[in-house]
Amino acid sequence: MSAAVELRAVTKRFGDFVAVDNVSLEIKAGEFLTLLGPSGCGKTTLLRLIAGFELPTQGTVWVGGEDVTDRPPYRRPVNQVFQSYALFPHLTVAENVGFGLRMQGVPATEAAGRVRQALDLVALTDMDARRPHQLSGGQRQRVALARAVVCQPRVLLLDEPLSALDARLRQSMQLELKRLQRQLGITFVFVTHDQEEALTMSDRIAIVNRGRIEQLGSAHEIYHRPATAFAAEFIGAANLLSARLVRRDAGSVRIQVAGGLELTLPSASWPGAMEEALISIRPEKVHVGRAPIPGANGFTARIEEEIFKGATDHLRLATAAGTRLQAVVANESALGEIFHVGEEICCGLHADDVIVLAAR
Amino acid sequence: MPSSTPSTSFFSGGLRLRDGILRGWTAAVLVFLYVPIVVLVVYSFNASRLNVRWTGFTLGWYREVWSNAPLLRAAQNSLIIALLTTVISVILGTTGAWLLFRYRFRGGRAIRTLAAVPMVMPEILMGISLLVFFASVGMPLGFTTVVIGHVTFSFPFVWLAVQARLQGLDPALEEAALDLGATPWRAFCYVILPGLRPAIVAGGLMAFTLSWDELIVTFFTASAASATLPIRIFGMAKVGLNPMLNALSVLFVLATTAAVIFSAHLRKISR
Repeated sequence: MSAAVELRAVTKRFGDFVAVDNVSLEIKAGEFLTLLGPSGCGKTTLLRLIAGFELPTQGTVWVGGEDVTDRPPYRRPVNQVFQSYALFPHLTVAENVGFGLRMQGVPATEAAGRVRQALDLVALTDMDARRPHQLSGGQRQRVALARAVVCQPRVLLLDEPLSALDARLRQSMQLELKRLQRQLGITFVFVTHDQEEALTMSDRIAIVNRGRIEQLGSAHEIYHRPATAFAAEFIGAANLLSARLVRRDAGSVRIQVAGGLELTLPSASWPGAMEEALISIRPEKVHVGRAPIPGANGFTARIEEEIFKGATDHLRLATAAGTRLQAVVANESALGEIFHVGEEICCGLHADDVIVLAAR
Repeated sequence: MPSSTPSTSFFSGGLRLRDGILRGWTAAVLVFLYVPIVVLVVYSFNASRLNVRWTGFTLGWYREVWSNAPLLRAAQNSLIIALLTTVISVILGTTGAWLLFRYRFRGGRAIRTLAAVPMVMPEILMGISLLVFFASVGMPLGFTTVVIGHVTFSFPFVWLAVQARLQGLDPALEEAALDLGATPWRAFCYVILPGLRPAIVAGGLMAFTLSWDELIVTFFTASAASATLPIRIFGMAKVGLNPMLNALSVLFVLATTAAVIFSAHLRKISR
């Protein structure tokens, strides 16, 4: 099956500013792909390149196996949900949803049926005669969604569509979007700066930074095997530490982390010629206890700070040698161990949980 | 009366006083604005030839207006010129504002400034420069020259009104229309234009009233056959004040008021 969307070596410059820097990306048909990154990273420009609102400075854009680089937005089989929703204020809900069909010259009776279906889909059947200003934020969002899917696009583009909603509504819309995507089988390309949104909905996530895709993979892959320091920090929390090679043994390497902590890793995880690297350790992978942790790189550390967050306990640790680490402990039972600031505790790190990132 | 009770605070008394002053002031302004018009209306029914003394009710002056062929002809000229000016100004002003808003190009800012200049240019200067221009290109004075003259100072009002409205329009609206399959032209017609309607109505009304009572530029650009109502009235007033002028002016006021009410109605239904 051909890719739903393909960017081939796409670069977009605005004057001297490089918004998108030689990006190649293949989006599979029927998947929910999220472009995740901080503001100004180029994720919205990527979306606008697919929609046709921007023309690439270099490279080509393909939708459904066809080169659409030179096609204007109104001749591309994609539809977008805008951040501001961009509902037409002078039209009713039904007229808004039917706008695309009207532009395509779909006969009025057929269009009416499809508008009704689309409104049913987003549970707004009774609102068809209202004007956008008579709707709540969440309802407007649904109208925008119905308006975009009624044209049966190959690809639906969503530009931070949930950012204007309050937290609770946002969560229920996340689930609803995911449900809708499964139901319709349309490829969704979703832009957000919110990692939680990305994790909740996406089949795959593309981490975008400075006009490049830093990593593309499932939420699991990116969380457990971040490719870059940026990816490690942008999704979840991470202890990012510099480390250097101490010695190479048969099948394993000994490294020293900034501050003095020494760890043993399987040699496969440390690329051959490298002397120094950046490593990432998720805080919840730092195991702590009063007894030595079996089967792991064991060391002791002093608790410098403890923040109780209900479900979890956040600890700031300092090893005897001076390496600082964040640890997160699940509060598994009411009578679980209580850690106190100043206490010396035993820590353990599985070699698999230490991610070696490419050198800076 | 609460104001006479001793418990009334100084503050509320002060507020009441201020309220009274404001009310009086507003009334004075309204009187100042409308008394001349009321006097005009009253004297248009005065049987006397002299404006200053009331001698009895008559509709004679209106009858005289109605049977004065050159005057009716001038009114017709005025109406045609005002309507043409409105239509052309609306088209020029709307498309001009849209193009400058939508497409960035070099000199855009200069064009914006230059287009607004005729609004503040002394009319006498506009009149003379237009006359010189028409003479130099060998264009005979007539309807066309009057309409051209009127459009030059009318269309910036439409332009500015539309431009202000465009600033408040969500730029994603046009993109949404394009995204849903509308060509740029259809996006403009189906989405942008309805959004601009209040501004277009307001600007169009402005253009109409400006053209309808314009005297100086018309004076320089009209021929005898294309003379407008203001020119005719001005000519009659020079000879001497005639109560027929009162009747004519009342009709003039009525026409203008009708235009204002009509446009307010248009704006209401476009909301």
